[in-house]
Amino acid sequence: MNNDQLYERYQRQLILKGFGAEAQQKLLSASVLVIGAGGLGCPVLQYLVAAGVGSIGIIDDDVVDLSNLHRQVLYNVQMIGRPKADCAVEVLQQLNPQTRFNIYNERLTNKNAAAILSAFDVIIDGSDNFATCYLVNDACVLLNKPLIYGAISQYEGQVAVFNVLQNNERSANYRDLFPHPPKEGEVLNCAEAGVLGILPGIIGTMMANETLKLIAGTGKLLANRLLTYNTLNNQTYELGITARAETRSLIPATEAALLQTDYEWLCSSATLVNEIDANTFNTIIAEGTAAIVDVREKDEQPVVTVFSHVQIPLYRLLQHTAWLTENTIVVFCLSGKRSAQAAKQLTELFGASKKIYSLKGGIQQWMLEQKQTV
Amino acid sequence: MITVLFFGKLAEVAGSSVEVQKVSSTDELLAKLYAQYPLLASEKFVMAVDKKIVSVNTILSDHSTVALLPPFSGG
Repeated sequence: MNNDQLYERYQRQLILKGFGAEAQQKLLSASVLVIGAGGLGCPVLQYLVAAGVGSIGIIDDDVVDLSNLHRQVLYNVQMIGRPKADCAVEVLQQLNPQTRFNIYNERLTNKNAAAILSAFDVIIDGSDNFATCYLVNDACVLLNKPLIYGAISQYEGQVAVFNVLQNNERSANYRDLFPHPPKEGEVLNCAEAGVLGILPGIIGTMMANETLKLIAGTGKLLANRLLTYNTLNNQTYELGITARAETRSLIPATEAALLQTDYEWLCSSATLVNEIDANTFNTIIAEGTAAIVDVREKDEQPVVTVFSHVQIPLYRLLQHTAWLTENTIVVFCLSGKRSAQAAKQLTELFGASKKIYSLKGGIQQWMLEQKQTV
Repeated sequence: MITVLFFGKLAEVAGSSVEVQKVSSTDELLAKLYAQYPLLASEKFVMAVDKKIVSVNTILSDHSTVALLPPFSGG
């Protein structure tokens, strides 16, 4: 394409105050990786390619399905059953023949993430699951890549720019907002919850907008902020997020550590809970070095007075973990059910740095056994 | 009076907003909300006080707005 054609193609944004030829040149030399060519990925790709981003990577291991077409606007019925990344590039190449594409018809995993992400300046997360979301976030922090984040649920969407360098500091990332992945079933996905096709269109174009601003160096980014948008009432809500030092400890610090982190597992399967019986419980009490925590509500019966412990109801537990400085923590409740949940939460938080136990059968069973031994 | 905003699936449990009287901290507020909406206890969310994410018990002023925001994973 000669310069006249280039000028003509981008004329409307070249004449825009605060954009111009310099910004256009930045777009042409930029490379962007779009993870997921679905509801969010489609509008992101369309607008970035149209705007003149020079090099685009698309990673998606899925094929086009009839149920995608109400929101994944790059595809048509002829494409059903074919890989999304291939189909997307076919359409996008016609929109802008100058764009260079890298197609990855595979799933992003902890094995390929570092190699693929390293090749791009900006990463865009349009994925539809938490395993990928946390993997992408962690890999971006590890590799010092800015991350444009978007996610949707039913009628609402979230947008943010993570890990971008501002005044020599990296802005907050997803783990500053949600430190730990939810378990399968805790949060609905689109297939379970439903979504109106326009919502990813709106959120996806917001993500494309942040990407263009980031590359062109114009405007104010959604860095250290999360924007939520509700399509039913058009309300937006913006939250401030602060980058926290603790977050760094949750993110693999090296590529080797990333390879060791199993994101599918983190996001789905149950954490094993170490349960102990009354005898072991008594031994630990006698040693006197562990934190014993009653996770029942205040005033719940029976009241325990025979050994010293702290009381933190289950729902408040994660907000009060700063109190738990001991290396061993034993949680109990009435029957052992809530304490198992508590142990799970603590194990996820502390990992291998502390020993976490739950009293099997709860204080009920323990009291019964004390009576028998007396 | 504290205004509480619920986002995503939480709004299905508690409505999009409620007003809560006489609470002085986020812990107190949560206890009240859990008592009123027991289903909230099984939901995952972060809390923001006056548009700032908080991760520890936080003192609320009389006109604070508290937002409870769940993670979204759809794409």
